[in-house]
Amino acid sequence: MTRFLLRRILAMIPVCLGVTFLLFSLLYVTPGDPARLVLGEEATEESLQEFRREHYLDRPLLTRYGLFIYNTVVHQDMGRSYMTRRPVTGEIANTFPVTLNLASGSIVLATVMGLAFGIICAVKQYSIFDNITMVIAMLGISTPLFYLGILLILWFSVQLQWVPSSGFDSLSQRLLPWITLSATSMSIITRMTRSSMLEVIRSDYVRTARAKGQTERVVILKHALRNALIPIITIVGIQFGHLLGGAILTESVFSIPGMGRLAVDAIKARDYPIVQGAVLYIAMAYVVINLLVDLLYAWVDPKLRTQCR
Amino acid sequence: MALLQKNSNMYLTLVRLRRNRLAILGLLIMGALILIAIFAPWLAPYDFATQDLISAFETPSWEHPLGTDDFGRDILSRIIYGARVSLQVGVLAVFIAMVSGGTLGAIAGYYGGRIDGVIMRVMDVLLSIPQILLAIAIAAALGPGLLNLTIAVGIAALPTFARVVRGAVLSIVGQEYIEAAHCMGASDAWIIIRHILPNCSAPIIVQSTLRVAQAILAAAALSFLGLGIQPPFPEWGGMLSGARGYVRDYAYMTIFPGLAIMITIMALNFLGDGLRDAMDPKMKR
Repeated sequence: MTRFLLRRILAMIPVCLGVTFLLFSLLYVTPGDPARLVLGEEATEESLQEFRREHYLDRPLLTRYGLFIYNTVVHQDMGRSYMTRRPVTGEIANTFPVTLNLASGSIVLATVMGLAFGIICAVKQYSIFDNITMVIAMLGISTPLFYLGILLILWFSVQLQWVPSSGFDSLSQRLLPWITLSATSMSIITRMTRSSMLEVIRSDYVRTARAKGQTERVVILKHALRNALIPIITIVGIQFGHLLGGAILTESVFSIPGMGRLAVDAIKARDYPIVQGAVLYIAMAYVVINLLVDLLYAWVDPKLRTQCR
Repeated sequence: MALLQKNSNMYLTLVRLRRNRLAILGLLIMGALILIAIFAPWLAPYDFATQDLISAFETPSWEHPLGTDDFGRDILSRIIYGARVSLQVGVLAVFIAMVSGGTLGAIAGYYGGRIDGVIMRVMDVLLSIPQILLAIAIAAALGPGLLNLTIAVGIAALPTFARVVRGAVLSIVGQEYIEAAHCMGASDAWIIIRHILPNCSAPIIVQSTLRVAQAILAAAALSFLGLGIQPPFPEWGGMLSGARGYVRDYAYMTIFPGLAIMITIMALNFLGDGLRDAMDPKMKR
């Protein structure tokens, strides 16, 4: 197990290097001069040159990349924002917890509700509840989250005035963003749970469990669900990754000061150090989640445990 | 359908697809949308860019069935023209992703070894950034515009295709008829194009249909964030973004563009799901 973990963590290094290099190349070809954007139209040629020299913008791509990696690894320093002049690590430390809270709150909501709805749908296949839930799930998959977010604001903030439409400090402010971001994943998890449960519910060992006289509750939750869980975990893992991307849009709709919005604003403003830091963090979070999903597999499926050594 | 042989795979797939009511509904909606996109200049009651500040913020009426926006532009006309943009971006982006990603995936799966390793590691890197973020970065690097938006969305979708095609190729490459083709002296390119790809077309077609939906969503999201199509050109996501500031007083402005995206995505999902069920030979008939 330790060797498996170690190997997987080592495998993250080339991925992170690749992500940052890809980003450096993209920013390198991006039009727009950061020096001009930061210093304004009236800036003199000397001050522009000074700015470029100070931020290594006059150096070739590989040198800049090398310096970034060196400073990040050796000094844990990702530079300072061009705009606010604050250190990138500080900006990320302020915004990353917000995005993580948004994404993890949503995945918990999506998983709990998705499992519950999916199990009930499978047990009561073709019932009214099943049919209605499947229609809503289809709507959930097809609705763009930024549209759903606006509709929720319209109903619950503007018309009913139950919850505020922006911010992310109190629970009432977090409710709508969580629902918005989790809707698609919840629908997908519900559908997956339903079909996965339907597959095992007719298997021989479930029939055996019933024949033994087990209560229906134990049969469904212990015998069936445990075996239906593997494909569900895969989907949950994939969805958590998607949520990090969706968080960018959710933060924009609800004006949440998270890392997605930080990254988008920085890309628009050509604030390269912030872009580099934010994207690196998001990519790392993505890779770590995938690792956790693999570990979860091993925990659920003993057959996989031996292969993980 | 008379052109197809009675027992050919394609024919059986179409027969199975026809029995799926939701898939047919999806197909009909997509057909209607394509017609709307093609005949937009004739169908739209107004021009999409003509501003008329006197009749701004008009709620839906006979004159303007879906109302007018903050510049007095007819929302229905803008949605009709918007279908052009969304379908074009969706289909072209998937085409880019399918051709480039598919080629990479086929090469990786066919040759294996070090080539496979290098290609798939690069794909891993692309897959370790959320697709929407990757598309945002590429769109920013390329600048605004229809073509650049298409390329950004296409590149972001590329690794998925590489993976799907690679998996499909791997499942076929070891079979006897491939070996037979080798023995007859066929070139690698010929074997891939003539023998392997036709036999793994099912997952590629299914993936493409579902991906068009994703691409339309991604394009709308980029426009929503202000990185896609620039106004006054109508794009559903961009219209939503513009209407967002007026949600308190003029809610109808946000409802309709979003509804257009939703219906399109749903139709494509119905069709994609139906195709998957119809093409999977393991499915019960």
